[in-house]
Amino acid sequence: MSTPTGSTGRRDRRGILPWLAVPALLFFVGFAVVPLVGVLLLSFTTWDGIGGIHPSGLTSWRAVLTDPGLPHALWVTFLVMAVSWAVQTPASILLGTFLAGRQRYRAVLSLVYFVPLLLSSAAIAVAYKALLDPNFGLGAGLGTEWLSKDWLGRPWLAFGVVVFIVSWQFIPFHSLIYQGGVQQIPRSLYEAAALDGAGRIRQFFSITLPQLKYTIITSSTLMVIGSLTFFDLIFVLTEGGPGDATRVLALDMYKRGFQANLMGPASAIAVVLVLMGLAIALLLRRLGGRDAGESQLEGA
Amino acid sequence: MAIHLSRRTLLGLAAGIPASAALAACGSSGPGKDGDGGGAATYWHLSGQPQEGVRTGAVERFNEAGSKGRIEVTTFENDAYKTKIKTAIGAGKAPTIIWGWGGGTLRSYVQAGQVDDLTPWFDRNPEVKNRLFPSSFGAATVDGKIYAMPFESVEPIVLFYNKRVFDDVGVEPPQSWDDIMALVPRFNAEGIAPFSLGGQSRWTNMMWLEFLFDRIGGPEVFQAVFDGEKDAWSHPAAIDALTKVQDLIKADGFIKGFSSITADSNADQALLYTGKAAMMLHGSWSYGIQQTEGGDFVSGDGLGFMNFPPVEGGKGDPGNSVGNPAQYLSISSKASAEQKEIAKDFFATGVLGDQEVKEWIDTGAVPIAKGSEKLLAESESAEFLQFVYGIASNAKTFGQSWDQALSPTAAETLLDNIARLFQLSVSPQQFTDNLNEVIGK
Repeated sequence: MSTPTGSTGRRDRRGILPWLAVPALLFFVGFAVVPLVGVLLLSFTTWDGIGGIHPSGLTSWRAVLTDPGLPHALWVTFLVMAVSWAVQTPASILLGTFLAGRQRYRAVLSLVYFVPLLLSSAAIAVAYKALLDPNFGLGAGLGTEWLSKDWLGRPWLAFGVVVFIVSWQFIPFHSLIYQGGVQQIPRSLYEAAALDGAGRIRQFFSITLPQLKYTIITSSTLMVIGSLTFFDLIFVLTEGGPGDATRVLALDMYKRGFQANLMGPASAIAVVLVLMGLAIALLLRRLGGRDAGESQLEGA
Repeated sequence: MAIHLSRRTLLGLAAGIPASAALAACGSSGPGKDGDGGGAATYWHLSGQPQEGVRTGAVERFNEAGSKGRIEVTTFENDAYKTKIKTAIGAGKAPTIIWGWGGGTLRSYVQAGQVDDLTPWFDRNPEVKNRLFPSSFGAATVDGKIYAMPFESVEPIVLFYNKRVFDDVGVEPPQSWDDIMALVPRFNAEGIAPFSLGGQSRWTNMMWLEFLFDRIGGPEVFQAVFDGEKDAWSHPAAIDALTKVQDLIKADGFIKGFSSITADSNADQALLYTGKAAMMLHGSWSYGIQQTEGGDFVSGDGLGFMNFPPVEGGKGDPGNSVGNPAQYLSISSKASAEQKEIAKDFFATGVLGDQEVKEWIDTGAVPIAKGSEKLLAESESAEFLQFVYGIASNAKTFGQSWDQALSPTAAETLLDNIARLFQLSVSPQQFTDNLNEVIGK
């Protein structure tokens, strides 16, 4: 289904437009490009963060790429990414569609759902950690056997808890995106479908979902790229444990750099993270078919 | 998108640069006034009561005496400090006086030339050196030179136990490793965890290995690792110790869910004073925590304490101990001559004065200044303090905590593998293989 493109946004205003981009560009260069180049250079050095920086060629890269910890961290990162995407996306679409309704109680609910987004990840992690404590947490307090499991002490349980909390925290945000997306779908489509005898479920699958295509891509990109950098939550909650069950790439990088004083290998991992993020973002854009920038509904 | 550079865009660029320069300046302004900074020396240390009050109190008294100059204090939370001080030193923004744990971290500062050699100063001021416990200087010494002044308190690791739980179950505190293994099923049968453990913090697990290595093979086993001998971890005593600790885990010796309990939250302490666990191996600072948080647990004589028991057939002296021999103060080599003078003056006249010694004792700690026996005996916690003093002064070897003794790189690998050992996801053999690789790094 093609959507008309806006006619005013494309007019040639070459005189002003580059000018307006300058502040953003400076920020981008100062806070993204310069550090990136710095990290790339650091990855070819040996540095303990305290003494001098010594160029050492590929030593850091060799150390990182031959370390069995790297494939494991990559795998955990991928799992967190995939599972949290699979949990968040359907939930966010359904919630977003529900909240897009104009009834007043839905507006109130959407405010309530928004609350987790206002809390910092560290605070959320501390709160959940206290609630899930096997001896003094919610389970022990209420005397419920099924709640007093060793939530953060068993590898798969801890992984599940991480995915659950990530979803709990970010579903509100993505619901908001979908809510906006759904509200932009022309009502006439639904009216026409209703005239043709389509029920609610049929309308959802035949109109809402296809119309949300670009919103889904935007939201997925944010989820997937965002999940590459999960750090604070996992750091406070499990510190990558038990063992290395929840040690994602970002955490691995921090531990190497700031706890083991190996800035070279940590920088190499940072470069891997950046490359992965870029590759995935590109891939998702490709999946979107034509230039997603043309959609009216993108990002909403 | 093609960008056409015009005169106006260039002007825009020029206008933007001061803004980003200002932002960058925001990023680097820390509390440290380094180098040629004015007349005051800077000093960073750890926050958290009651210790913070004692530390700042000593500085305030020094400032009021006002002989040479002032010291400005900034405090940080424990884990944040570890990262912050490392970054600050690396960036040449270290405070004049650097608070630390000595050992491997101090060595990394020394190798980078970031801290001053204090040996000549101690030679000129023998009275400063002679009033401190001699055992405290080991972790301040790198390649025969002293780079830090030991101060504050000695903190051995102690086996704490809940006397009430022992009475209820009708058993006696363990006198040997076999006793420990025999106690485990007795407590488990009563639904009480034999040992509390904050396993997520990792160094808590490490204390078990420190004692088992020492009791089975003597202090030489870890000394060989510390000295960087090849394959030092593969010592038969090491394998034996690692196997023993896994046996204890398999026998449900530790509280269920120990690997998700952190020491920072004091949940491990709570398990002991609430009677959910019978015993706990922990630093002597645990006493103060039990005292403030445990209700009448300490005052009502519920808390027992002893040195780690011997292991049958082991070579180590049962009097040996491990832990923190002291805390340490170094002087940044980047500080101005004036600041260094103030710092040395503080070391000589402001550190561990009579008032500070008394305050440390009030917090339930044993200061490392000699001649405090009388004050210890008069304290409310006399029994415990004299016990700690006895360990510190009688131990043939007082080992430094491994993670502090080793370099940060080796320590991280060690802690990582210890966590896996306690998860039973590596065997003793794999553990030693992994650690042999980072010996001397």
